[in-house]
Formats: sequence, C-alpha cells, structure tokens
Amino acid sequence: MLLEVRDLHVEFHTREGIAKAVNGVDYSVDAGETLAVLGESGSGKSVTAQAVMGILDVPPGKITQGEILFQGQDLLKLKEEDRRKVRGAKMAMIFQDALSSLNPVLSVGDQLGEMFQVHKGMSRKDSKAKAVELMDRVRIPAAKERVGQYPHQFSGGMRQRIMIAMALALEPELIIADEPTTALDVTVQAQVMDLLAELQRELHMGLILITHDLGVVADVADKIAVMYAGRIVERAPVHEIYKAPAHPYTKGLLESIPRLDQKGQELYAIKGLPPNLLNIPPGCAFNPRCPLARDRCRTDVPPLYEVTESPVPRTSACHFWKECLHG
Amino acid sequence: MAEAILEVRDLHKHYPLTQGIVFKKQVGAVRAVDGVDFDLAAGETLGIVGESGCGKSTVAKMLVNLERPTSGAIRYKGEDISRLSPRALKAVRRNIQMVFQDPYTSLNPRMTVGDIIGEPYEIHPEVAPKGSRRQKVQDLLDVVGLNPEYINRYPHQFSGGQRQRIGIARGLALQPEIIVADEPVSALDVSVQAQVVNLLDNLQTEFSLSYVFIAHDLSIVRHISDRVGVMYLGRIVEIGTDAQIYDHPTHPYTQALLSAVPVPDPEARAHRERIILTGDVPSPANIPSGCRFRTRCWKAQERCTLEVPLLAVPAVFRLTDSPAKHDSACHFAEEKQVVPPEPGADGSDGPDGAGGSGIP
Repeated sequence: MLLEVRDLHVEFHTREGIAKAVNGVDYSVDAGETLAVLGESGSGKSVTAQAVMGILDVPPGKITQGEILFQGQDLLKLKEEDRRKVRGAKMAMIFQDALSSLNPVLSVGDQLGEMFQVHKGMSRKDSKAKAVELMDRVRIPAAKERVGQYPHQFSGGMRQRIMIAMALALEPELIIADEPTTALDVTVQAQVMDLLAELQRELHMGLILITHDLGVVADVADKIAVMYAGRIVERAPVHEIYKAPAHPYTKGLLESIPRLDQKGQELYAIKGLPPNLLNIPPGCAFNPRCPLARDRCRTDVPPLYEVTESPVPRTSACHFWKECLHG
Repeated sequence: MAEAILEVRDLHKHYPLTQGIVFKKQVGAVRAVDGVDFDLAAGETLGIVGESGCGKSTVAKMLVNLERPTSGAIRYKGEDISRLSPRALKAVRRNIQMVFQDPYTSLNPRMTVGDIIGEPYEIHPEVAPKGSRRQKVQDLLDVVGLNPEYINRYPHQFSGGQRQRIGIARGLALQPEIIVADEPVSALDVSVQAQVVNLLDNLQTEFSLSYVFIAHDLSIVRHISDRVGVMYLGRIVEIGTDAQIYDHPTHPYTQALLSAVPVPDPEARAHRERIILTGDVPSPANIPSGCRFRTRCWKAQERCTLEVPLLAVPAVFRLTDSPAKHDSACHFAEEKQVVPPEPGADGSDGPDGAGGSGIP
C-alpha cells in the first residue's frame, strides 16, 4: 500500500469548545489508484488530507490519535525536517483555488522553478528550463513565452494547470487533489480532469480526489470513501456504490442530485442539516436525518461493517446496512 | 405557448473601456450582453445556462433593472421597463423580484430576519399595512420552511441553506409574478441543494410564479426548467424546451457543454462520447468576427468567420417535425445525441469485475 491512514482523529480547539473534525478515519490508496473522498462541507475530508500532507494548522488543530503510513513509514513519527523532504517530493497537493494558492508577485516560472531549487539544489537557469518543460507537459500553449508571466495573466483553467504542474514537478508518488475543478466551468473542468487522469496513468501515481461532486467521482475514481461528520460512513469500489449504496447517507446523496439525462419529478431531499462539529449527535452522527433510524442508532456508534453480500470488499457504517442495500 | 409576460428584445449591455485620467476616451467596450432575445410565458420557468463570463448574470441584473441596458427592450406585459420613469419603475419592480447567489453576502448581518424580509414593505407599504407586517413575515418564514419563531434572529445564526430560504422569502414578500434567480443553489451543499430546488418548485405552483433561473449547473437547470437557453459570450446560441436542448441539441457549443458534464453513473463512462473543447472563452472585449464560437468550434469554416449566424430554426429542420426543430445560432446545425439515454437502457446492469482499476 502506498498510503494508509489508520484511525485518524483531529480536533480543533476553538473559543466555543473542541470541534471534532475527524473522528477515526481509515483509508488507503495504492500506486496508480484513484480514491475519491466524498463529503459535504464540514465532513472532515479536507482536514484529513491536510493531516496527511502535514499542513494542518497546529494549533488550533491537533492530531490526537492515529497513524499515517506512507510506504510503510508512520509520517506522524517523523521529525518536521524529514517530513519536509517527503512533502512535495513524494506527495504533493493541488488546491481548489489556484488564484489564491499562487503567489501573485512571483512569475509562474519562478514558482515552478522554486521546487527544483529547494529540493534538488538546481541553479536558477536550469530550474527555469525545467519550469518550461513542466508547462509543456500540462499543455500550456507557448510555454516558453509565458514562463515569465504572473498568475493574474492566466485564465482559471490555465492557473489550475500550473498548480498541477507544480504538484507534478518532482514526480511524486501520491497526489492529493482537493476540489481541483470546483471553481472551473464544465468545459474547462473536463479538460483539467482529463489531463490529471492522463498524467496519473503515465506516472503511475496514487491519487486522492477530494470532492463533493458525485459526477466527477463517477467519471474518474476507482473507489470511494464517503465521509460524514468526520467519519467514513461507506467505503466501496465506485461501480458498487452507485448501483447499490449500503448507507442511507450515500443513498440520500445519490437520490438528491438532479440528473442531466432525466427530467425528474420531485427530488429526494435529505431532511435537516449536517451536524455541528462541536456537538455531534450521540450514536450514529447521521441518525437525526436518517429515514431508517431507530433507538439503537441514537446510542451505539456503528462500526464499519463488512458488507458480506458483496462480491468485492466494501464496508458501511450503518447498523441496518442490509435494509439500505435492499430497500 | 401561453402569453408572454416578459419579452426581451435585442438586449445589449456594453461596458466602456476608457483610457486616460483627465480626458477619458473610450477605446473599446466589454460586450457583456450582445443581443439577447427571449420570451417568458406566465407560469413557466426559463433556465439560462452558460459558463462564467457569458453574460447570464448581467441579463439577470437588467431584468430587475439593477443595470440599464445599452440598447434593446425588456417588455413586461407589453411595457418597456428599461425606459420607465422612476415612479412607474417602482410599481413594476414589485412584480419582478430577485434571489441572489450568495446567501452569505446578500443578507445584511446587522438586520434581523424579520427586518430583512419585511424591508420590501417599507418601500411598498400598499402591500402590507404596518400592523400586519410581522404576521406577514412569519407567514413567509413558514412558507419557505423556517420556524416563524426565528423572526428575531440574525443571519449568522443560520446555515447556508436556511439563509437562501430567507433570501427566497424576501423575494416573495411583495407577491411578485416573476422571480429572477441568479445561481440560487450553487453555493449550497448537495444535500441542501435538493431541499431548496424542491422549495422553489413548490412555491411556483403555490403562487403561480414565473421563473428566470440562471445557473451554470446543467443538471439542475434541466430539473427545474420548462425551456432552456444556452448563452455563449453575450448571446443565446440555442433555445428550446428542455427535451429539445438536452436530448436533441443542434448547436456545437451546447453539445460540447452537455458532453462535458460529469454524469453520476460510473457505467456511463464507457459509452459516452465527450467533446473536449480546446482553449478558453475569448474576452468579451474582443469578440471574434462572425460566429463567436468559431475559435473553439470543430466545425468552423470560412463562412463562420464572415457571417453572424442568427438565432432561428436552422433551414435543415424547418420543414420537419423533428425535436431538433428549435432555434439554434449555427450555420452547420446538426443533431447529435450527447447525453446518454436513461441509465439501464442499454444493458448496464451487470458490470463484471467492477471495482477494478477501471479508467477506460
């Protein structure tokens, strides 16, 4: 396994109290594989990724428990100095908002070249040549002329390509893409996702795709982890989950999106709101919104059950997954 | 089609580009909206889709008179509202209300919910006499699915979806006939989106509203709209009923746009043809000659650079009964199915070896 996250817990200490952002997350990605982490805002999907990258704001954030094994080594036990060597070189991250993630006063060439200067000790001149090469690779037209331009001179899609180029610079083994196309228009989104998938295949990287868009997931992912209130509620290969979700939350999400190919009747709407992380309901966090909820759900936290009826391994954190699967 | 309640004719909005500090001279214009025509029938929902920068929000602003058109007409029941005196405009505005995109910035954080929803009554006191306003506001809260007891709370005490309900309640306060909704659900989480879309649907039936629904999410637009207009760089390039646009698109831009939408169905991956457009949308300050889509179009020929295609039923379909017979601004309009037919229709019920490392 390239990356294995085990029982990760992250808390944020705020003025109002302790916000439990991540409450025991387990997931894994292999080389060449795409894991989609699906969840709404506040589900802990980005915080988990930040913990993996080691860019969590500490304080107020704090990892209270768990292991992050990267090629068998627990990253949480590394010294910051060693961690820095992993970050960027072996794993890299692509952020949602390219405009605010790029430095506005440095040319894109300088920002791309910095990777090589810092990690590989290259000269300015060599690193600039590398930057042009990278820009070519992510198909930015006229890379040679544009290498000296500043982020505001690029369109949104082009900026996101530069972010991808930066992440790929040192040919990492793992890429974490946090909502990489959410800020883009659909036609540009398609270009960028295609590029990302192609590069991933070419370099045989592991990819963690963090998103709330069920459509994007269906297009590129191999397997999915659905998060709710800081926990994984369902984990399955992508085909299985769309065909027969084994958790009421996943099921609700799938039924609540309008589809391009159907003129639906009334949409199914999950009632209520996602919980406040300062005050997560006891038992199953989804119970106040769940159509299947009974007494047991209000007291017992459901573990990740093995969905035994499935031919491929999949898990669901619902006491009544059988009902959900068949009903 | 039923009688048109709103007619938009050849609408333009150009923002001048100037040079010089003391003696400003105009050196060009951003042609944000560059000739838009459509009708809105009573009780119908017209969806307008397009990518960012295509001018859809500028159209919305002109419909509620937040921007004055450079030229063209917006006729509400036959009367051009873009040329009205302030007094006459005030009366018309009561009937055309707007719901904004961002529920976080469109509500004043220092006003209570009661004051926000009740504010329209200050401007139009004839709708609700002072004594009855509180009751009216509470009724509105109830209508949009919020607890009427929340009337004294402030916007920050609500979640995004609840705030959007407050914005909708404010839009309904004056009992308008038309609601212009500019990306009303795009800032919301998936599970909350459905709640708000359903609410808009129900309100339409209850109060017989007409909607102009502007969004970039094609799936939501299909769900809510009776007719759909596709905008590109300041113009509508194709307009028709939802089935005509989604199942029988004839304009290449519509086809590319539809084919790029990710469909939440992994089975569809394999048998979907995607049209990936090259390049970016040109700047509205520098619109290509002829057909404005030609720089990204795979069908473009010389005729496209010379002749502006008009929004009309293409000649090939004029004498047919085909569903492709609808307005499309392309010289080489041609039907192409890009949205896969209903899932399961072509034996997608048995994916063998699912869960494999299957990028097709």
